[in-house]
Amino acid sequence: MAAAIRVRDLAKRFGLLEALRGVDLEIGQGEFFALLGPNGAGKTTLISILAGLVRASAGEASVMGYDVVRQYREARRALGVVPQELVFDPFFTVRETLRFQSGYFGIRDNEAWIDALLHHLGLADKADTNMRRLSGGMKRRVLVAQALVHRPPVIILDEPTAGVDVELRQTLWGFIQDLNREGHTILLTTHYLEEAEQLCERVAMLKDGRIVALDRTENLLRGEAEHRLELRLSPPALPESLRPRLLQEEDGVFHLRLADYGELEPVLAELRRCGARVEGLCVSQPDLEEVFVRIMRGAA
Amino acid sequence: MTGFLTLFHKEILRFRKVMLQTVGAPILTALLYLLIFSHVLEAHVQVYPGVSYTAFLMPGLIMMSVLQNAFANGSSSLIQSKISGNIVFFLLAPLSYLEFFLAYLFAAMVRGLVVGLGVAVVGAFFTELRIEHPLWILAFALASSAVFGCVGIIAGIWAEKFDQLAGVQNFAIVPLTFLSGVFYSIHSLPAFWQAVSHYNPVFYMIDGFRYGFFGVSDVDPWHALAVVLPCLAVLAGATLHLLGAGYKLRH
Repeated sequence: MAAAIRVRDLAKRFGLLEALRGVDLEIGQGEFFALLGPNGAGKTTLISILAGLVRASAGEASVMGYDVVRQYREARRALGVVPQELVFDPFFTVRETLRFQSGYFGIRDNEAWIDALLHHLGLADKADTNMRRLSGGMKRRVLVAQALVHRPPVIILDEPTAGVDVELRQTLWGFIQDLNREGHTILLTTHYLEEAEQLCERVAMLKDGRIVALDRTENLLRGEAEHRLELRLSPPALPESLRPRLLQEEDGVFHLRLADYGELEPVLAELRRCGARVEGLCVSQPDLEEVFVRIMRGAA
Repeated sequence: MTGFLTLFHKEILRFRKVMLQTVGAPILTALLYLLIFSHVLEAHVQVYPGVSYTAFLMPGLIMMSVLQNAFANGSSSLIQSKISGNIVFFLLAPLSYLEFFLAYLFAAMVRGLVVGLGVAVVGAFFTELRIEHPLWILAFALASSAVFGCVGIIAGIWAEKFDQLAGVQNFAIVPLTFLSGVFYSIHSLPAFWQAVSHYNPVFYMIDGFRYGFFGVSDVDPWHALAVVLPCLAVLAGATLHLLGAGYKLRH
């Protein structure tokens, strides 16, 4: 079975700027995959090469086994892209926009699927509204619908929830998860790391045009083995014996390192022995954001 | 084929939705030229025997409107799509660059020809227009609108802001069309400018087009066509090459 997305030694230079410096990546069919990285890391460049909007300086990229340059028609038919920018054609209504998009993909009579998309994305009552008159969130939904008119097996969403309210975010993710369950491959870029953590099985982190981490989400989190114990003490002083565990101190709250829950009891016993009273306590598990921050710092 | 037809249809719909500006305004402009120039010159100028100045002016004005609007359609559509970013919608689609080219070209020709026809119809209220050779009229209308359709597409691909496009329009397209015998026969020009006019391809478009109406012209229509068609071939080839290479569209 061909990979949904395969990228080999991909490089892209814009003048002096090296946006991608040799990226290798393979995403299997049916995966829900996150591509993370700070602004300027090369995420959008990578997506644009897959979509045929940008031409690689070196290397190869394919979608469902189709080379994005040599077999661009097949590759583009296999791919639906929700662009990052909120773009629209002010001349047309929602339905016209979706009809045209179907036509560009060679689909003549697509009304049933267009109606289904409008329904799923909560756009049914906006079908005959001009694009200009839609709110930002509604325009975003139309972009998602446009990416799906040709029922592509692979769907790329480039920061789809930037500036989007909670309700739409939930509608959108519910819909995308359904598509994923039906077998669609999803590639997502986002700045909301908790979204990637909840939704995605695998994560790649990109920095300065290179992949600096690529693993299953749970493995990345496990790599960040430590838990974090937040303590508020009275008197607000940490016993000297616990100093080696201290990660940071912030507004009188001590953040201590815990390898696992088993270390909690000895820490509390030590506090008791030193006469420190616990006024507040919280144990947190590592999240993707911490992994992200650590990797981005480490990969300098 | 569906991809091409859709893009073509979209381009037609785009200018149809703003017809007042894309069809009405240029017809009015041509009408104003007709009224002013014919009023001032009717009694003083007769270019061809038996052809009134107003009648002489009509084919030139029609062709000028065809050319300017064929240029305007592709160029303004492309720059709008580029600046608003919605060009991505068809760049993401599996359209071949030939489909892309033909859709924009045919839409530009339709816009040019619709405006030209409009000018002819309105002009018919002011002067009687003879039609000696309808096939020549058709041949020059099609070939010339295609030439300027190509120029419009190239300008639309190249320009990054409206200012640049306005520059092409005002400093190239308008002078080229004005100085090509719309309002006069080049035989009335001094020898030097007469010679210069022979290097302006638009002169041949208007001259050949005018031949279709009156059966007289400054140069032989076959000669004129032999200038216009190679221009079309070169420009169409250049446009296809730019689209194929993704110039300024696929970085």
